Amino acid sequence: MEIQFILNQKQVTAEIGADAVLLNVLRDLGCKSVKCGCETTNCGLCTVWIDGKSRLSCSVLAASIAGHEVTTLEGVAEEAEEFGSFLAGEGAEQCGFCSPGFIMNVLAMFRELDSPGIDEIKEYLAGNLCRCTGYMGQLRAIQKYMQAKKTQKMAQRRGEATA
Amino acid sequence: MLTISNYVKAKTPEEAYELNQARSSRVMGGMMWMRLGNARVKTVIDLSELGLDQIEESDNVIKIGAMCTLRQLEECEALKEMYGDGIAESVRHIVGVQFRNQATVGGSIYGRFGFSDVLTAFLALDTFVELYDGGTIRLSEFVNRKPDKDILLSLIVRKSKRKFRYESIRQTKTDFPVIACSVVTGMVHGKETWYFCVGARPMKAALLEKQWEIPKDVSEEMLAEYARQAASEFTYGTNMRGSAEYRRHLAEVLIRREMSSILAEGR
Repeated sequence: MEIQFILNQKQVTAEIGADAVLLNVLRDLGCKSVKCGCETTNCGLCTVWIDGKSRLSCSVLAASIAGHEVTTLEGVAEEAEEFGSFLAGEGAEQCGFCSPGFIMNVLAMFRELDSPGIDEIKEYLAGNLCRCTGYMGQLRAIQKYMQAKKTQKMAQRRGEATA
Repeated sequence: MLTISNYVKAKTPEEAYELNQARSSRVMGGMMWMRLGNARVKTVIDLSELGLDQIEESDNVIKIGAMCTLRQLEECEALKEMYGDGIAESVRHIVGVQFRNQATVGGSIYGRFGFSDVLTAFLALDTFVELYDGGTIRLSEFVNRKPDKDILLSLIVRKSKRKFRYESIRQTKTDFPVIACSVVTGMVHGKETWYFCVGARPMKAALLEKQWEIPKDVSEEMLAEYARQAASEFTYGTNMRGSAEYRRHLAEVLIRREMSSILAEGR
């Protein structure tokens, strides 16, 4: 069957089987950031946004997303790179395999929650597994990123006020 | 492995029901559990265009569409207002936000899974299921029926002044529960009534009803005795997550804590 949907703000068409999962369709369309890590629907590596909400693309039937909007890491590359530099700065990554899914959920969290506390962050990201680290570097990176964003915003506002 | 030959987005509940009468048809919820199994499905039926993704509150009931996600339950103000943080507590440990944005209430309830937190939570409340063909029946009746070819349309919770508590134990965060317990109390036909529901025993959730009048200043010993009594009336099993005896012990502890918390708040 043929489906049309919006992938990273572009209209795309894909020829798929009725049982194709979104994860594989996205990879075939060139979005190699989307990966399968666990085969049991709980590691978070395959996280993409569907209509703006974080979802596990490994268990989404591709046929069901016709007409919907999908965003992968490739679609938010700039923002992901900015946050990624904080991850790297904290030495949070070792193999880096889980990062794309993790970053997608972190960015979704920033859109949904306003300056979340540490417990809120942990709860929101509980479904993103990393098998190299103990998550401490990631948490530091998130907090530093939020702080940097806040400072940026304040400077911007001050700039607007003086302009 | 799961293979599917045809995918159909049903236009009406009737169409979904008709398609589902074939032996090789399956209704899809969030596909969280279904895709992990082995099945050759001829037609998979998607209910996502039937408007079943809303939680509607009226004077007497809260109606939860079968295609609502667990995340919607977690964030529902109407449920929070009626039953406090208990409903959110029952789902917030389930895998992650991404998973709960996808797993559906209908899938959780229809599956009657042993591990289901959602079933354990709603079974203790005054809950009904709305079926396309079978009409509206009590969840406590539905839970013991064998899966058939009907279509689950919604979950209906009758509003009543009841206190609700939910607790579960997991060996690691985001895992299935080793045990899950909900406790509800309220006045039913003029009598103080307690409902205890224990799930993940590891068998599916079961319900116990007791007309117990428990004074607010009940002693710790008495409360422990009530909890022991309630926990002892369920059966437990052993699997890789824990032994039957361990589960019975956990159930007793959780029930006691939940009762204590309800009594402390006042009914």
